[in-house]
Amino acid sequence: MELLALLGDFTVRSVALGAALVGVVAGALGSFALLRRQSLLGDTLSHAALPGITLGFLVAGSRALTPILLGALVSGALAALFVLLLTRATRLKDDAALGVALSLFFAVGTVLLTYVQRHAGAAQAGLDAFLFGQAAAVLPTDLTLIGGVGAVALLTLTLLWKEFKAVAFDPDFARSLGLPVLALEVVLTLLIAVAVVIGLQLVGVILMVALIVAPAAAARQWTRRLEGMVWLAAAFGAVSGVVGALASASVRGLATGPVIVLAASALVAASLLVAPERGLLWHAARSWGQRRALGSHRVLVDLLRLGQDHRDPAYASEQGMLDTYFGGPTGHVLRRLRRRGLVERVEHMPEEGAHWVLTPAGQSQARALQAPFGDREPSAGREGPGEAA
Amino acid sequence: MIGVQAWLDDPSVTIVLIGALVGVAASLLGTFLVLRRESMLSDAISHSVLLGIVAVYLLTGSLDGPLHVVGAAVAGLATVVLTDLLVRSRRVKQDAAIGLVFPALFAAAVLLINVYAREVHLDTDAVLLGEIAFAWLDVVRVGDLVVARSLATMLVIAAANLAFVVLLYKELKLATFDPALAIALGLRPALIGYALLGLLSVTAVGAFDAVGAILFVAFVIVPPAAAYLLTDRLWRMLAYGSAIAIASSVIGYALARAFDVSIGGSMASTTGGFLLLALAFGPKYGLIAQALRRRAPQPPPGVDRGAPPGVDRGAPPGVDRGAPPGVGRGAPPGVDRGAPPGVDRGAPPGVDRGAPPGLGAAAGGGRT
Repeated sequence: MELLALLGDFTVRSVALGAALVGVVAGALGSFALLRRQSLLGDTLSHAALPGITLGFLVAGSRALTPILLGALVSGALAALFVLLLTRATRLKDDAALGVALSLFFAVGTVLLTYVQRHAGAAQAGLDAFLFGQAAAVLPTDLTLIGGVGAVALLTLTLLWKEFKAVAFDPDFARSLGLPVLALEVVLTLLIAVAVVIGLQLVGVILMVALIVAPAAAARQWTRRLEGMVWLAAAFGAVSGVVGALASASVRGLATGPVIVLAASALVAASLLVAPERGLLWHAARSWGQRRALGSHRVLVDLLRLGQDHRDPAYASEQGMLDTYFGGPTGHVLRRLRRRGLVERVEHMPEEGAHWVLTPAGQSQARALQAPFGDREPSAGREGPGEAA
Repeated sequence: MIGVQAWLDDPSVTIVLIGALVGVAASLLGTFLVLRRESMLSDAISHSVLLGIVAVYLLTGSLDGPLHVVGAAVAGLATVVLTDLLVRSRRVKQDAAIGLVFPALFAAAVLLINVYAREVHLDTDAVLLGEIAFAWLDVVRVGDLVVARSLATMLVIAAANLAFVVLLYKELKLATFDPALAIALGLRPALIGYALLGLLSVTAVGAFDAVGAILFVAFVIVPPAAAYLLTDRLWRMLAYGSAIAIASSVIGYALARAFDVSIGGSMASTTGGFLLLALAFGPKYGLIAQALRRRAPQPPPGVDRGAPPGVDRGAPPGVDRGAPPGVGRGAPPGVDRGAPPGVDRGAPPGVDRGAPPGLGAAAGGGRT
């Protein structure tokens, strides 16, 4: 009820729309960052936007979004260049380079932010909403800007789709095709920076990395194809964005960014667990089933070989002996096989204890299992089956 | 004693001392993080420590005390363990795993503050910027002295970190440069790694009040990174890193006073100044030194001497020499250079956990 009322509200609706759009752009471009193992570049880009935000504010003298986002984009790009310089020209590895750029740009950003806060008077109010994101601070004109820039980024992605795909999966192959790989990488990094920048107002500089990484990581679990991954990541991003915007609008003082991030993280957790093929639950179920089948197969073949060694297909094998071959108790396996009509329990006087024989169906199945490994002559002279185990 | 007390009563001294102690404590551990290629874990840990602090606050209602250290260490190690689990599930790569775990924990912490702890002195700005400027207001009595609480805390933590590094110097060095050998010798490099990251979490809590979560990262990574450009020796790297941290604290404080800006931010920015200096003027790995080496075409002595001049020239290039003079030759023996010169991917190799960390470092910095 309350939700419907919320959706009826024009402001809330437009903010939710904006958040969805930010999620779409971040998810789609984040897929490329994820595949190129540049997830943490998103972290650096978003933290590094802080000095640009304040500088944009200082230059423009107001909280207009265009100069702020432009500043954020420029300082993000500078940080990316700094990372490139550190990794190419020095012996620092990329983890250190990313960390250095992130922390230094952010440090300069906090210095500038405090400078603005103490010297610019009241005009700066709301500037620190960029730290954690505040949907309430988004104006309709901001949404137009976010939408326009996001649309341009998505259009670029569509136009350069094949090129980006080649660069993301096999840069060497792309180079052999004569593609300008370096230029494409620069454009791709810039687009990721754009995705980060347009999300800053809603998600904030601290947590924007999650909107780049999480939807893409969730989508990756469901598909092997880039097309599917990008579509899904865009959808996951949009859902997270809308959830965050609505929650923030309905609970006073709730920052938008953390809600968006938690929604995206929940999607990741669910995908990791239940996605077909790659999901951990699927994986566990599959390996459990395989272990079970392997147990049945081994017992069937053991029974068959014992019969062959005794030249008696209906040879009654003692359960204890089967346990020894199996390397553990076989009772539950045998009961399962009996339910499927493959073995039968028999008494074998005067010995005590359970004895088991293969039914005709069991014999044929055991032979089918044994066939790939070559039929053994009954008198091959081996002591017994499965001794290696 | 009176003299020391008068000295400690000066807020400036307290602030600078806290900054210096945070810097030394952080960069001692950060040296190993940089060498192990795990720098970004400090970013992750410093964020998720907040969840530990908030959780302990919600449970006990207090904002400091020993439980906080425990909570922070648990939160920090939880980040590391969760990241490791994700990587080991082979569903996401390491960089993405880090990028998934810490934002989730940090977002949870921020929301908990938003919902339950609105009135507390735990507002999100302080989380980011720190409150070092007011650190001297909160004092405790130690013996005859009245000391700022943050100062006392950081003194203990810095001493613990120093003891850790000094006592386990050999083990840390081996675990960092040659984990395989460390295992062969019966050490437990993984355990040492966890101890390192646990201590880092505790340090992050101590530093939290002073410089905030993200500026702490600057103190962990930047001084060791600058030191790494200055020397090949591990102990020198530790010493240079600490020296840079102390100098940054002093200079950063002066700058912050001059321009009336965030003290923690100013100190962290100053570490960046030192990094740029090392980057430009480092004796071996600095850009200027590299450029000079490239400019001066003298081949290594003893190679060229035998060959009569002119023969060399006539020979097809790249037969005996491999590289045109001045390209590869002059370059430092740094194995780093060997990394595929390919403009391949923006991210150089070594993102992988699996690769033995610090191959390049081992060749350069491993020998003492």
